[in-house]
This record gives sequence, C-alpha cells and structure tokens, in this order.
Amino acid sequence: MPTTTTVPKATVATAISVRDLNVGVHGGESILKDVTFDLTPGRILALVGESGSGKTTAALACMNHLRSGLELRGGSVQLHKGASRFFDQNMDLLTLSEKQVRRLRGGTIAYVPQDPALSLNGALRVGEQIHEVLRIHEFGRNSKQREARVAEVLEEVGLPSTKKYQRRYPHQLSGGQQQRIGIAMAFACRPAVIILDEPTTGLDVATQDLVLKTVYELTTKHDVAGLYITHDLAVVAQVANDVAVMLRGEIVERGPAKQVLYRPEHEYTQTLLAAVPDLKGARDMGGGPAVSPRAAMRAPWDHGHDDAARPGEARTDRDRAASSVAQTSDNEPLLAVRDLRLAYGPAVILDGINLDLLEGQTTMLLGESGSGKTTLSRSIAGLNGAYTGEVRLAGQVLANGTRKRSNEDRRRIQYIFQSPFSSLNPRRSIGDSLEVPLEMSGGMSRKQRRAAVADALDAVRLGRSYINRRPGELSGGERQRAAVARALVNAPSVLVCDEITSALDVSVQASVIELLRELQRDRGLAMLFVTHNIALARHVSHKLAVLEKGHLVDYGPTDHVLRNPRHDYTKSLLEHVPTL
Amino acid sequence: MILKRLGISVFVLLAVSVLVFIFTLLLPGDPAQAILGQQATPERLAALREQLNLNDPWYERYFTWLGGLLVGDLGTSAATGGSVNELLGQKVSASVLLMIIAAVISIPVGVLLGTWSAMRRGRTTDHTLTGFSLVLAALPEFVIGIALTTLLSTTVFQLLPSVTMAAPGTRVWDYPLQLVLPALTLVLVVVPYMIRMTRTTMLDVLDSGYVEMARLKGVPERQVIMKHALPHAIGPVAQVVAMQLAWLAGGIVVVEFLFRYPGLGQAMVDAVRIRDVQVVQALSMIIAAFYVVVNLIADVIGILANPKLRTESNT
Repeated sequence: MPTTTTVPKATVATAISVRDLNVGVHGGESILKDVTFDLTPGRILALVGESGSGKTTAALACMNHLRSGLELRGGSVQLHKGASRFFDQNMDLLTLSEKQVRRLRGGTIAYVPQDPALSLNGALRVGEQIHEVLRIHEFGRNSKQREARVAEVLEEVGLPSTKKYQRRYPHQLSGGQQQRIGIAMAFACRPAVIILDEPTTGLDVATQDLVLKTVYELTTKHDVAGLYITHDLAVVAQVANDVAVMLRGEIVERGPAKQVLYRPEHEYTQTLLAAVPDLKGARDMGGGPAVSPRAAMRAPWDHGHDDAARPGEARTDRDRAASSVAQTSDNEPLLAVRDLRLAYGPAVILDGINLDLLEGQTTMLLGESGSGKTTLSRSIAGLNGAYTGEVRLAGQVLANGTRKRSNEDRRRIQYIFQSPFSSLNPRRSIGDSLEVPLEMSGGMSRKQRRAAVADALDAVRLGRSYINRRPGELSGGERQRAAVARALVNAPSVLVCDEITSALDVSVQASVIELLRELQRDRGLAMLFVTHNIALARHVSHKLAVLEKGHLVDYGPTDHVLRNPRHDYTKSLLEHVPTL
Repeated sequence: MILKRLGISVFVLLAVSVLVFIFTLLLPGDPAQAILGQQATPERLAALREQLNLNDPWYERYFTWLGGLLVGDLGTSAATGGSVNELLGQKVSASVLLMIIAAVISIPVGVLLGTWSAMRRGRTTDHTLTGFSLVLAALPEFVIGIALTTLLSTTVFQLLPSVTMAAPGTRVWDYPLQLVLPALTLVLVVVPYMIRMTRTTMLDVLDSGYVEMARLKGVPERQVIMKHALPHAIGPVAQVVAMQLAWLAGGIVVVEFLFRYPGLGQAMVDAVRIRDVQVVQALSMIIAAFYVVVNLIADVIGILANPKLRTESNT
C-alpha cells in the first residue's frame, strides 16, 4: 500500500463500467432503465437530471447500495482489474458478498454526500471521522501514518490540519468547511472512483467555487475517476469532462461536456439548458427576455475592450436605464422600509435598512444564509415584530407584528415560504388551505370564497381541478404554485417571496419565475424576491439589494449594481458565479 | 448549561413544596385532634397545638417545615406522635431497593430489545416484539401483578410467595424470593415503553444521513450501530427511561399494595386514610424529589451525549 506522497497513476483505461442497470421500487415502477456508463480515471462524468430522475439511485448502485424499498432488476457494475488493490481481476460489484463490498466502499469507491450537515456524524470529531475510514481500510502501516494522512488530506482540501481543528465537531464548522471534510473523507484512502452527489447544493457561490476547484484538482491530480451528480448545468460546465443526461431513469443524451452543453441534441437537454438562469441575461428564461437586460454590450468584467470605442451606444443604453429608474422614482413607493434595525441582545441582525418596493416592480434581496435576509422579509410581513424603525405601506406606518396590524394591512402583504413541502398543511386539501386567508379577512360567503380559490388556482395555471387534492399528490413545482395561489387569493399588493425557488429544479424554477412575472404584469404587484442565487438577478428583478451581515452593501437598479458593484462582497459573488 | 438545569430543579422542588403545603393545609381535620382522638380535653388539644406550632400563621409554619426538610427532619407524625423520619426510613429504603432492582433489569433489557427490534425492522421478530410490547403496555399494573401471581404462586406453579411477609425487626431483603414478584411486575410495566421508544428513536437514527454515510464508508455494521447510531439515541432514550423511573415512584403504590410490600406506597395509602398530614407531606416531597432528580440525570446525560449542547455549555 503506498503511503508516501507519490501519486499512483491508474493502470486502467476504465475504472468502472455500468451496463444495463435496472432498478425498481419493490413490486412497482422502475426507477432506472438500462443505465449504461463508464467512469474513466482522471475524468469527471456529470450525471445530470431533475429530482426523481434516478441519478442518486444510479450512483449509489455503483457502490452496491440500494436505499430501502428498492430492488435490483438486472445489469452489472464491472470494477476493472487494477482499479482496486483487493481484486486482481474484473469483478461485478453487484455479485459480491456484503463483506467484499464493504472493503471497496470508502476505500476504492468513495462517496461525497449532498448535505454534509446531515451526513457528518454530529457526535464524532471531524478528525476521527476521517481517521476512521483510513483505519477500516487499513491504510498505512500504523496509526501514526494514518494520522499523517489525515493531516495531509485536510491540507489537500484547503482546511487547517492542526490537532485542534481535528478535534472540532461538525456543528462548529461552516457549511463549506463541512463539505470539505466530506471531500477529505472521500479522498483519504486515495480511491480509484469518487462519487459526488450534488456536493455544492446549499453552499454560497464563493464556497461552491472553492469546492468545485478542490474536486477538479484532486481528481485530475490523483487520476481518480469521478461521477458528479447535479441538476445545475452551470456547475457541469465548470467541472465535468463528460455529461450524461437522465430523464425518468433513462440516459437520453451523453457525450463530451462541450458538445452536450453547447450543441444539445435531445429536446429535454435543450429544455434544461433553456431553464438555466444566466447572469448576463442573454437567454430568455422564465417566459421572456430578462427584466433588467444589460445596458452595455459588454460586462465590466470583460477586459481588453474600450468602452469609449462606441460611446453613443453606451450612452443610449445608460439613458434608457436611467429613464426607467427616473420614471419609477416619481411615484411614491408602495412599501417603504425606513431605518429598520433588529437585534437580539448584542447580536445585531439588521442595521439601518432602507428599502423601497414599487408597484409592478421586483426588488431582489440577495444574501447568503445568516445575512439577515429572511429576518428582513419577515419583519416587512410583520411575522417578526421585534424591529425598530418603520415599515410604511402606501404612506401608512404599519404596526410591528401581524397581530397588531389590521386585517386590511395583513391582506395587502402576502408571504410565500421557501419550502412548498412544509408550508402546505398535508392534511388539508389545496382548496381548504387556500381558503384560510379569505376566512381570516372575512366578508365573503363560502361560495364566494370557493370561487376566489378557483380563480387563484386558474391564475397559477394549476386549474380548479386541484381544489380537492392534497399536497402529497402534488409535485414540488405544483406545490409551490399552490403556495403562490394562496398568497394571491386575497389580492395583495405586495408579495414577499422567501427563497421560493431554491428547493426546486431549474426547469421548475423557470416556470415559477415565469408565473411570477406574468402575475406581476397583470396585477401590478410589488415583489420582494429573496434569494442567494445571483444568477437570477436579471431575469427577475428591477432593483437589486445585496445584504451582508445585516447591512445593505449594494442597492440600486439591477443592471447598475451588476455593472458597478461597490462592495467587495458583491464583487466576490459576481466573480465566483458559475456560468455556462 | 448543567448548572442552569440544576437551578431549575431546585426551583421546581420549592414550587412543589409550596403546593404540597397548601394542599395539605386545605385537607379537613385538625392534626391535634387526629393525634389525641375524639375524647381529648380542650386543654390538651391547645397544649398540643402549641407544641406543633399550629397556632402560628401558615407562612411561618411553612418555613419551619421547609427548614426541617432542608436539614432532613421530616417532622412529627400526627398519628403516632413519633418522628416521621423513623416511621418512613425503612419503608423508603425498601421501596428504593425495589425500584433499583426494576431499573437495573429493565433499562438494559428495554434498550437492547428496542435496538434489536429497530435493526430487524419489518421482519417477524420486530412485529412480534412490537405486538407483544403493545399488549403489555395496554395492561394496567395490577392486572400484570395478578396474572403473575396466578401463574407463579398459585395453582399453576407454586414457586414464589405471593405476599411479602415482613416480620417486625426483619428487613424485606432478608427474604430475596419475595422480592421477585413485585420487581418482575414493575419490570413488565416499564419495559414495553422503553422498547417502543428505543425502537422509534433508533429507527430515526438508522434512517439518517450519517448512518448511510458510515455504511458507504465501509464501516462494519456492528460499529455502525455502536459508534455511529447509538450515541444519537442516548439522549432521547434517557428521557424515556427517566419518565419510566419517575413513574415507578408513583406507580409503585399499586404494586406494593397488591403484594403487601411494606414500602412507600403502602405508607402513602395508610397515611392518607388516617389523615396523617405530616407523613403525606413528607412522602409527596420524597416522590417529587425523586422525579426531579431522575429527570435532572436524564437531562445531564442528554447534554453529555450531545456535543452540540456540551460545547455550548463551555462557552
């Protein structure tokens, strides 16, 4: 076993080949249909698809792991000779005994899970969790060598390798650090194959960038065969050599990344690509061209060109942008936030926030988790009454907290929550859930309420047939539409959307955004769109507000902020955003 | 954090003492009359009232009583006129012995069977165990006690004594065989809950991402359970065990009565019947203290088993 720092080069052309893999639910529908792919040392294959397309099932099958309720219905997973030190011939992983599989897992084939917060053991120190995998697979000759390897791999993923750091518990690390511990754990034994299951979901763009770089570096440097599962095509462009697109358990398109991403052949791949938001706003996403198109022909981060070369063009664009802002600033803002502050004891969550929401316009509130963006939106909606300062609706100062606000005030500001899976009561039908806000504001007969509910369901293009369904029967996108309908049923003038697309697939995200834009056009809603995804900016928002640690660090028309970011934080976000 | 829990426990005990005192104050009957009987002369009653400080305002009596509690003096029995400490000392130790036996048997049995059941989820052993524990949990303790008595000490098998013979001067543990039936009854009453709760907790833990991750790291199944899963179940299971042990302190009344076991429960029944206010107060406080202490221990175990809570307490 090599324990020195020299990197063993793979001696095989292919590490694992998956052939005609079929997996299904016990006695039910099939999840994977004839899935076939090869993993090659030094290259990363991206398996792309929406949630439920079977990509995680396929990846876990490479480790002979089926989640409960699933059954294998044929196919093979060949581990090629030379890929593992335990076997000197080709082996079908699916026919191995439990003990043999266990020796391969973590040592020869390693897995990086989606959510490190759930997958790292909260009761064990992080150093021990890395050390454990080395010990089990008898890496190195003794404990001392293994300890040296723990330190080495921690440095490889860009974490401190000190004993003190190793003695930390997962909850004492940030999300990005936790994910890098997960990666260190996977690379510790120098595996031949590494499987990464959406490892950057939930990380902010700067951390995502760092994690992707680490993964790319380690796989190429150590000649590891990588399988990268994701639904984010921009990420694919950044790390993958090859792409396989999955749709309902089948691989519908495959090929080198450049070919699949830029010359997609299958219709589904084209749909997926069209749904990806891009920072430049060049693509039509969410049912039309970008709300805030780029005023200049080139982004400020394009170097080597001289803006002065075409001064006339630049000016007209800028004028257009300026006039649209001037036009709106004449109006009294529908909702105005003035000097809003919120602190829990010494911890200042929000500090002196000033924000305007205009009729028929969307303001994007951008910030990473912990920046206070949800607290701000909850304060505006009155769900958090602990703030000082003012929230004015059409010139009237609103009371702190929904209980003190009048029915009318409550009706006019509606809130949509992040997860459609937890914001709808699973025991109530969609119709009943939608009726609640109407009952609260009163003044309608049951018949009128039902009619209003049916209209709202039509408006979100679910249709009134959904009125008697329960959330469990709906997909994620349908649920979020139902949640939007609930917010609309009371004919509000302000809509607060708290990360409403972050739990959804890109194509569903595109359709929800299309819906919001359409509703805004028809009803003149003022919207606050809270998100951590800067790529959506041009597609959704007229104005962009960047929140960092409770301060608004950048605020202005979207195009203006994107072109002239003032604050370092905004600049770093723009720098790290992955693009196709 | 542990200090905070300790503070809360002390506060709870104080609050209980106030409630106990108020409620026993509201009980009808005059302690002096109860001690001396219906034939007592008014002079003697007055003298005794003076001696028992019954003429003082209620709050002074409360503080005198509380002060006594703090130094371990439980007061004077209204029925016998003797010290409550003396009256209860042996009975409390007899009950505590019974509870310890029940706890020592039921905790490992409950936790092991619960874990085992969770690991074999959906199989016959799991279903059998779940069904069996559900039936046991549904039976009241006296039914279990009577069934055991019928089975083991009457016509079916005559193996064990059905009642406790405690001759004056002897201790209950001088005859170990007579402890078996009451202890077994208590075990059968608390074990089903422990099994069911351990099973549920372990099922959650076994479904978690870190257990799946441990398996995907190639950790042998035994280590997955012992090292990755069990530590997460300790906190919640400790709470359930504490609830059950605390229940024992109260539930023992019925079981002791059934087996004529000379413990806390019997003392409680007797004291209430003859309106021995001091003894009722003392017993209430002993049981309350037991509840509080057991729950405190469970909280501390929960904190120690959870690095997140543990590290918070350091900062």
